[in-house]
Amino acid sequence: MDALYREYILDHYKSPRNFGELPERDAEFQDVNPLCGDELGVHVKLEGDRVADLRFHGRGCAISQATASIISDELKGKTVAEIAELDRHFVNEELGIDLSPTRLKCGLLSLKVVQGALLGTVEWPRGAQEAVDVSPEEAARMRSEV
Amino acid sequence: MEVTTAQGTALPRSLEDIRADFPILERRINGKSLVYVDNGATSQKPLAVIEAIDSYYRNSNANVHRSMHELAADAERLYEGGRAAVAELIGADPRETIFVRNATEAINLVRFTWAREHVSSGDVVLITEMEHHSNVVPWQLLCEERGATLDYLTVGADGALDLDELDAKLAREKVKLVAFTHVSNVLATINPVAEIAARAHSAGAVVLVDGAQAVPQLPVNVKELGADFYAFTGHKMLGPTGIGVLYGRRELLEQMPPFLGGGSMIKAVGRDSSTWAPPPAKFEAGTPAIAEAAGLAAAVAYLNGLGMEAVRAHERELGAYALERLSALPGATVHGPADPSARAGLVSFTLEGIHPHDLAELCNREAVCIRAGHHCAQPLMRRLGVAATARASFSVFNTRDDVDRLVEALESARAVFDL
Repeated sequence: MDALYREYILDHYKSPRNFGELPERDAEFQDVNPLCGDELGVHVKLEGDRVADLRFHGRGCAISQATASIISDELKGKTVAEIAELDRHFVNEELGIDLSPTRLKCGLLSLKVVQGALLGTVEWPRGAQEAVDVSPEEAARMRSEV
Repeated sequence: MEVTTAQGTALPRSLEDIRADFPILERRINGKSLVYVDNGATSQKPLAVIEAIDSYYRNSNANVHRSMHELAADAERLYEGGRAAVAELIGADPRETIFVRNATEAINLVRFTWAREHVSSGDVVLITEMEHHSNVVPWQLLCEERGATLDYLTVGADGALDLDELDAKLAREKVKLVAFTHVSNVLATINPVAEIAARAHSAGAVVLVDGAQAVPQLPVNVKELGADFYAFTGHKMLGPTGIGVLYGRRELLEQMPPFLGGGSMIKAVGRDSSTWAPPPAKFEAGTPAIAEAAGLAAAVAYLNGLGMEAVRAHERELGAYALERLSALPGATVHGPADPSARAGLVSFTLEGIHPHDLAELCNREAVCIRAGHHCAQPLMRRLGVAATARASFSVFNTRDDVDRLVEALESARAVFDL
């Protein structure tokens, strides 16, 4: 069984939840993953400082589309302040897998655009860089791989 | 595994022998033998290249152009020997062969020297929709700085440029520079460089060619092509990273202002002004990539040992085979010319229902290394109407088995996605 491409993820990829447009919205944001050119945008409707509804739009790989779909219901009801705290660990937990450095930004793009819409941030969510750092053990493995 | 080709220009050694020259091919990924078909991004390196770099640091390390001792003489010989080898490969004079960091820097060198002096308000820089960002962004920046206009030749459905459109633009617009790629890194199109250059020259324009994908796999003679500038990089042609080449026609190089200022590029330095060394030194400020030049010389020797005609025949044959196999996959779209003789040794494709990133990830499970993404060619992606493609790109060590392994990996990806 493939941990990354398991049924749960493929189901969200093929039938993404909360995708489309919100004609009445309080915030929106769109961004690209510079590594691959994938685009993802979000429309958000607020009630006070809580997310009442949101819709993603755009296209991307299974990981970016499925993550957007999977976190979409989780984000509803959260306050702006709560969403500001979300990072890589939230996405990994929701997916049920630790994304590899090469796929991390696929998974973080949806959270990035939501934070961009609500907080005006342009940075990647926290943890985007950490996973790229090479530990001494990892470096040793690469040296002795062959 | 002897390969014979339509042209009959076979590689002089068996593919088994050639593969044994590439140590990285012993590596296994997920317990499977490596299939590396991402040579358009960077090629793998034969042992001769790795040893040339190693030997330079073990035996000859010194700075060039500066010291009288024997090590310095060794270093100088290796560095200038690298230049001579590269110049000979492309039919240039060593004095017209400038070492830079990569093809991007080669193109930017022209932007900051020749182009700043010759492109001004109202002029046009003409590029094409199939350019790598390295041959787009420098010209966007130049045009912004100089008040000039950036214009594009369109890419047809056959993946080719339209020379009538070129003529029309040359007749209508004040084109100062025509900058285009020799081989498309996405479409595999081999552009008719000599034809384009002749037309551009008739209209008084200067011609810059991005040869990053061409030099590794085609016989290239810059004089026969008629290029005024020709840019390429070491690491895609079996050589190391960190070294690239700009060929420039001597008359142009002599008139151009320097690029970066510093050591090595001067004749004499006064308190307020300086005079410049003749080309190529005029454009090579600071300590250059000496080990990399030694490595690149070894890469050129390796390619020459195979013969560029045979390398081309091999790439063509693999490209054609990959085109045939990939086209036959359900839901596949392959990009670029349909005629294999108009194509270089790479194939970009998409499979319906699976994003290219997922294809690359699932190919990696099978130890098949491909590239997925926009290939630094976003204007072309928009023309093709896709966000990304997957790409397999071949080198001298690749086999038909590698193509078969790729196709098997893609079939297993389709199974994962229930297609």
